[in-house]
Amino acid sequence: MWKFTLRRTLIMIPQLIVLSILIFVLAQLMPGDALSGQVGPDVDPKRLDEIREQMGWNDPWHEQYGRWVGGILQGDFGDSYRFKIPVSELIGQRIVNSFWLSVATLILSYLIAIPLGITSGRYNDSWRDQLITGYSYIGFATPLFIFALVMLWLFGFTLQWFPTSGSVTPGLEPGTFEYVMSKLYHLLLPALSTALITTYGTIQYLRNEIVDTKQKDFIITARAKGASESRVYNRHILRNSLLPIAAFFGFEITNLIGGSIFIENIFGYPGMGQLLVESITLRDYTVLTATTLLFGVASILGALLSDIILSIVDPRIRIK
Amino acid sequence: MENKAEEVKTNQPIKSPSGFNIIWREIVRDKLALLSLAFLILIIAFVYGIALFLDQKEIVKVDLFSIYEPPGEEFLLGTDYGGRDVFGQLIIGTRNSLTIALLVTLLTGIIGVAYGVISGYFGGHIDNIMMRILDFFMILPFTMIVIAFVAIVPKYNTITFSLIMTAFLWMGIARLIRSKALQEKELDYIQASKTLGSSNFKIIFTQLLPNCSSLIIVTMTLNLAANIGLESGLSFLGFGFPESTPSLGTLLSYARNPQVLEYRWWIWVPASLMILLLMLSVNNIGQALKRAGDARQRRG
Repeated sequence: MWKFTLRRTLIMIPQLIVLSILIFVLAQLMPGDALSGQVGPDVDPKRLDEIREQMGWNDPWHEQYGRWVGGILQGDFGDSYRFKIPVSELIGQRIVNSFWLSVATLILSYLIAIPLGITSGRYNDSWRDQLITGYSYIGFATPLFIFALVMLWLFGFTLQWFPTSGSVTPGLEPGTFEYVMSKLYHLLLPALSTALITTYGTIQYLRNEIVDTKQKDFIITARAKGASESRVYNRHILRNSLLPIAAFFGFEITNLIGGSIFIENIFGYPGMGQLLVESITLRDYTVLTATTLLFGVASILGALLSDIILSIVDPRIRIK
Repeated sequence: MENKAEEVKTNQPIKSPSGFNIIWREIVRDKLALLSLAFLILIIAFVYGIALFLDQKEIVKVDLFSIYEPPGEEFLLGTDYGGRDVFGQLIIGTRNSLTIALLVTLLTGIIGVAYGVISGYFGGHIDNIMMRILDFFMILPFTMIVIAFVAIVPKYNTITFSLIMTAFLWMGIARLIRSKALQEKELDYIQASKTLGSSNFKIIFTQLLPNCSSLIIVTMTLNLAANIGLESGLSFLGFGFPESTPSLGTLLSYARNPQVLEYRWWIWVPASLMILLLMLSVNNIGQALKRAGDARQRRG
C-alpha cells in the first residue's frame, strides 16, 4: 500500500516539471509583456529597455525559468500586469470561491447519483431504470454550457428564484449568518446545473456495478440464509458496489475543473475559471500562467488521488 | 444418394453477412438510430448545399438598420446585435462547426490509431515510454490549455484551430487502440503470421488494423459528437472561431449578454437545439455501431 502510494507520488514529480516548463514556454511565446502597453509619447523606449534589463527579462530562458519556479515555490506568482498587485492576492479570494463551488457540486452530484444509481440497478430493465438511463443518456449528449445557459435563463431570469451573478450579495458583513447564507444561495444554481448534467457517469457505473453484484454467489448465499431484501441490498450489495464509485472521486475533481470555466463565466461567479478568461482578455499574462498552472496542478493531484483510492479499493492494481 | 446430396448442401457454410450488412441491419432495427441517420444526412445535405449559395461575408456584414429584429418575414430567425441574419448564421455556423468537428475527429483518429497501434503492438520499453507521455497529456486540463494556446497563436483559422484541438484530444482513442492491439497481438493468427515471417508492417496493415476497425469506427463516431460540443464550447467562451466566421458556438456566445439570454431567444435557442440534435443523433448512430461491432449485443 505505502509502496504503491510512494511510487505513484514520485511519478507526479516529472509530470509537474513538464507541466511547469510547458506553461513557462507558453508564457514566453505570448506577444508583448507588461511594459509594451505603456509605450506612448511620454515614455522613452530606452527607459523601458532598461527596466526590462533590470527585471531580468533579457536573461537566458533557463535562468528566468529557475527564478519563476523558485518564486512559485515560495508562494510568489509575480505581480499582475494590470492590477499592479501580487497575483497571489488576486487569486486568494477566487480560489476560495471556486473551492466551495466544487464542494457543493460534488455533494449535489453524489446526492443525485447514488439514489438514482441504486434504483436503476436494483430494478434493472423496469420503467424506472429506463427513465434513469434515458436521463443519463441525455446528460451524456448535452454540453454543460448549454444546459447551464438554459438553467440560468429558466431559474435565474424567468422565474427569478436564484441570483444571476456574483458570489455574495454586496454590503453584507463577512462572518455573519446572512453572509454565509447568501454565499450558499449564490452557489446553489451553478452547483446544481453542473451536478445534474455531469452525474451520468456515476449513475451508470453504479447501476452496472449493482447489476453485476446481484448475480454473485455471496448474494445468493445471503438470500438462502434468510436475509431480508433490504438487508441484502443495503449491507451486502451496496457495500461492494459503492467502493469503485469512491475511486472515481479524483476524476470528478478533474472534470469539475474543466467545467468550472464554463460555469463561472455563465453564472458570473468570481472564481478561478472566470479569472482565467479575464486574464486573457486583459492580456494579463502573469495571472494567466498562474491560473493555468494551478488548474494543471489540481488535475495532477486529482489523478493521484484517484489512483491511490483505486489501489485501496482494488488490490490488484498495487501488485502491478 | 439423395440424402447424401442434401447433406453436402447443408454442410456448405452459410455465408456470414458482411460488415456493412451487419451495420445496416443494426441501424434499421434501431428506429432511433435510423431516424438520427436520416436527420444527419438531411442536415448535412441542407447545410452544405445552402451554404454554397450563401455568401459568408454578406451574412456577417453589420447592418445597423436591423438590429435585434425578432423573427419575421424578412429574417426567418431575426437578427443579432449587428443586424446580421441569424438564420444565415445558423446555416453557415452549422457547416463550420461540422467541418471542424469532422476534421478534428479525422486528425485525432489518425494520430491516435497510429500511436496506439505502435505502442500496443511493439510493447516493451516503447510502450512504457509512450504511455508515460500519453498519461501526461491525459491529465492536462483540456479547456485551459487550449485557451492558452489559442491566445498565443497570432492569427488562427480553421486549420490552426483544429490542430490545437487535435494536439490535446488524440489520447482517448490512442489508449483504446493500444489495449486492443495488446490483446490482439497475443492471438494465434498474429503469432502464426509472425512465425511465417510476415513483416511487422504487413501484419499491422493487413491483420491487426482490420480487426480493430469496428472499435475505430465506433470511437470516432462518438468522438465526432463530443467534438461538436467541444468546438461550440470553446467558441462560446470566445476562444474558438472569431465572430467573422460564425459557428454554432459563436451564436451561443451572444447569450453571455443577459439581455440576449432573457429577451432575445431567437439568437441562442436555435443554435442550442441544433447542437443538441446533432450530438444526440451522432451518439445514437454511434451506439448502434457499437452494438453492431459486438455480436453479443446485436438486436438483429
